[in-house]
Amino acid sequence: MQYLVSVIDDKSNPGSTDRRPAISAFNERLIAEGYWVFAGGLADTDAATVIDNRGEQAVFSDGPFVESKEYLAGVWVWEAPDLDVALKLAAEASKVCDRKIEVRPFQ
Amino acid sequence: MSDVEEAVTRVHHEEWARVVAALTRRFGDLDIAEEAAAEAFAAAVERWPADGMPPNPGAWLTTTANRKAIDRLRRENKREDKHREAQMVYDDDPPEPVGAIDDDRLRLIFTCCHPALAMQTRVALTLRMVGGLTVPEIASAFLVRETALERRITRAKAKIKAARIPYRVPAAQDLPARVSGVLAVLYLVFNEGYLASGPDTDPVRHDLTAEAIRRLTRPIRALMPGDGEVAGLLALMLLTEARRTARVSAGGELVALEEQDRGAWDAALIAEGHRLVRERLAAAAAGVAPGRYQILAAINAVHTCARDIRDTDWSQVVALYDQLVRVDPSPVIALNRAIAVAELDGPQVALAAVDRLKDKLAGYHAYHAARADLLRRLGQSQQSRAAYDKAIELAGNTAETAYLTHRRDQLR
Repeated sequence: MQYLVSVIDDKSNPGSTDRRPAISAFNERLIAEGYWVFAGGLADTDAATVIDNRGEQAVFSDGPFVESKEYLAGVWVWEAPDLDVALKLAAEASKVCDRKIEVRPFQ
Repeated sequence: MSDVEEAVTRVHHEEWARVVAALTRRFGDLDIAEEAAAEAFAAAVERWPADGMPPNPGAWLTTTANRKAIDRLRRENKREDKHREAQMVYDDDPPEPVGAIDDDRLRLIFTCCHPALAMQTRVALTLRMVGGLTVPEIASAFLVRETALERRITRAKAKIKAARIPYRVPAAQDLPARVSGVLAVLYLVFNEGYLASGPDTDPVRHDLTAEAIRRLTRPIRALMPGDGEVAGLLALMLLTEARRTARVSAGGELVALEEQDRGAWDAALIAEGHRLVRERLAAAAAGVAPGRYQILAAINAVHTCARDIRDTDWSQVVALYDQLVRVDPSPVIALNRAIAVAELDGPQVALAAVDRLKDKLAGYHAYHAARADLLRRLGQSQQSRAAYDKAIELAGNTAETAYLTHRRDQLR
């Protein structure tokens, strides 16, 4: 079972910025234990562009699809046998990243 | 009710969770298990009065439910092996040797009370799947619409499947936290009955307190006989339930502990509760630190040991509250400790302790009721009246409101 693991940051109360070494070490472990599928940190939401081409021509708009205090700062994709395993890893990830984590299964 | 109807009801109480749990394991799907179990019980209601009771009702129900489930899978044109791919995950390893015995019902309980589900959802799912209450019964117990409750249960079943919440007894190192999550669900159901709120609601919903004990806590105690907190919660419920009839007057007014007719307490429930508390005291003496339910049960045991309010061993009560504060440093516990302190060190000392909780409990009726009572005992009528007013404004339970109003109107 694959899970999308989102790292959620808060603009008004951001997590600490010195987490990189800890996250790298955590990633090494995810890889060694066979959970790691993909990981990526995201640029600021200001760098996002939304495209809507459902009408006659594509409309581009500057910024994320939803403006909110909380935003997606990065993602993982994990392979885990069940939610208990994913939640246990996510609890560690939250400490390691100093941020909230959302775990959501792929269909 | 005829003998057979009575027997069907009894078998429903005894076998429902077992049938649902066994089917969930076999088909890996709560939805199929619930529906097939309900159909099997409906078949029993129809057939047993005419055909007589089968020699082994549980086996009859499981076999019938299995057949109904297979019928449904065929109707939906899914081969069982195809269906197997979407099954819930479970492990066949027997649970860790921590007092839990291997029973599918334990898997069912831990899945229904999984921390990834919202508390209200856990309550609804546990009452339906483990307790065997119907959706209309649960909806009326919690004063919610049936359609809303049905949706909540359906969403929960979908999440369990989609997110792969496992059908499993947690590993030993996770067990204490997960058991305490299960007990929180049971205690909430019990308290919903015990502290029922709402202007037109009975002050004590005996149906809920009784169901919490009979359909949930007793079976879980039987499944986890070695767990101290399970024993503690059952004891706490029994000792509370024992005083149920004495706690509300014929006129629907709350009767405070010191005014209750102790002869009206249920002696059998108290004896059973005391036995459980003694069992846990022996474990504590052997070095097992008691959790909050065991300490709460012990406090209730001290109260129910006294034949008269004047015989209450208040120093013991306060000592137990001191222990409880260390386990659970919540302001509500501190408030209850202060109320006990009043009996030992007098209302002045207690009032100082209560006043220190103002910031945290200003919106809680019991805080104002405690202040009102202490101020009354100190002869400060005017301040007492104001505190009663505030408590009455915040209280939701009809018997409690009546009691507080009565007390306020007695002030001079």
